[in-house]
Amino acid sequence: MTFVDLSADVLPLGTGSHAGARGHGAGGPAPKRIVVGYGFWIFILSDFVIFSCFFAAYAVLAGATAGGPDARQIFQPGDVAIETAALLLSSFVCGLATLAVARESQLWTQVALLVSGLFGLIFLALEGREFADLVLRGDGPTRSAFLTGFFTLVGCHGLHVSMGLLWLGTMMAQFYAKGFRPNIRHRFLCFSLFWHALDIIWVAIFSLVYLVGTVL
Amino acid sequence: MSEHPEPPPDTLPDDSAPGDEAAAAGLARGVRGYLIGLFLAVLLTAASFGIAGSHVVYGPAIPIAIAALAVGQMGIHLVFFLHLTTAPDNTNNAMALGFGVLICGIIIFGSVWIMAHLNHNLMPMNQLLQMQP
Repeated sequence: MTFVDLSADVLPLGTGSHAGARGHGAGGPAPKRIVVGYGFWIFILSDFVIFSCFFAAYAVLAGATAGGPDARQIFQPGDVAIETAALLLSSFVCGLATLAVARESQLWTQVALLVSGLFGLIFLALEGREFADLVLRGDGPTRSAFLTGFFTLVGCHGLHVSMGLLWLGTMMAQFYAKGFRPNIRHRFLCFSLFWHALDIIWVAIFSLVYLVGTVL
Repeated sequence: MSEHPEPPPDTLPDDSAPGDEAAAAGLARGVRGYLIGLFLAVLLTAASFGIAGSHVVYGPAIPIAIAALAVGQMGIHLVFFLHLTTAPDNTNNAMALGFGVLICGIIIFGSVWIMAHLNHNLMPMNQLLQMQP
C-alpha cells in the first residue's frame, strides 16, 4: 500500500514530454527530493526579493554621501577581486562535494566541504577587515546614507555567508555521524542551493557596488 | 499491490532538480560541468574587472556593460551550479525563478525610477529649510 499506486490508477502515464516523467503529473507524486528542492528554491527566491530591496535602497542612496567619502574613495579593487575569487572557488568546490555525496564517498565529501568552508572563511575575513577599517576611520554606517546602504547590503550578504558556514559545518558533522541517509542528503541539497545562490548575490554586489560604484 | 506498474526510478535522464543532476550523470561528466561553469564565471568576472579599470569600452557605456556581464554570469551560475533546466521536474523551479525575477525587477527599477522623479520634482533641501518659519 503506497500512495504511488493511487495516482497510477487515476493518471495516465506518458502525459509529460518524457514518458514516466513526474514533473507533468504522470507517474505519481514527485519524489521527496524534488519537492524539498522546490520548497527551498522558493525560500531562496524570497531571499532574492529581500536583497533586491537592499539593492534598490543602495542604488537610491549611493549619491547621498553627506560630505563623507564616496564609493571611489573607500573601495579597494584588489581586496574585492580576492573576495570574489574566494567565493567563486568555494561555490565550485561545494559543487564537487555534491558529486562526492552522490557517490557516498565520506572522505571526499568531508575534504570538499572543508575546502569550500575555508574559501568561505577567507571571504569573511577579508570582508570583516574591510568593515573594521571603515569603522575605525570613522566611516561607519552612521556616517552617511550611502554608507548605511552599503553596510546594510554587503553586511546582509556577509551575514548569509556566516550562517552558511555554520550550516556547512553542521552538514560535515551530520554526514560523519549519520551517513548518507536520504533526509541528510536532502538537507545537503538545500545547503548547496543556498551556497550557490549566495554567489549569485555576490555577482550583483561586486558589479553594482564595487565596479559601477567606482566608475560613476 | 503487485498488479500495479513499478513507479519510475527517482532519477531519470533530463528530469532532475537543481543541484541533483550529478546523481544521474557520470563522475567525469559532473566534474566537467562544474569546470565549464567555473571557467565561464572566471572569464566573465575578469571581463567585468577589466572593463571597469580600463578604457576599452566607451566611458558612459561601462555600467551597462558591467550589468550585462553580471546578468550573463548569473545565468552561468544558474545553469552550471544550480542545474536549473526546463526538464519536466524542473518546470516549477523555472516558473518560480521567472516570477522572482519579475518581482526583483519591479522593486529595483520601480524604486530607482520613482525616487529619481521625486528628487527631480521636489524643492532642493536648502530652499526647503529656508521656508521654515
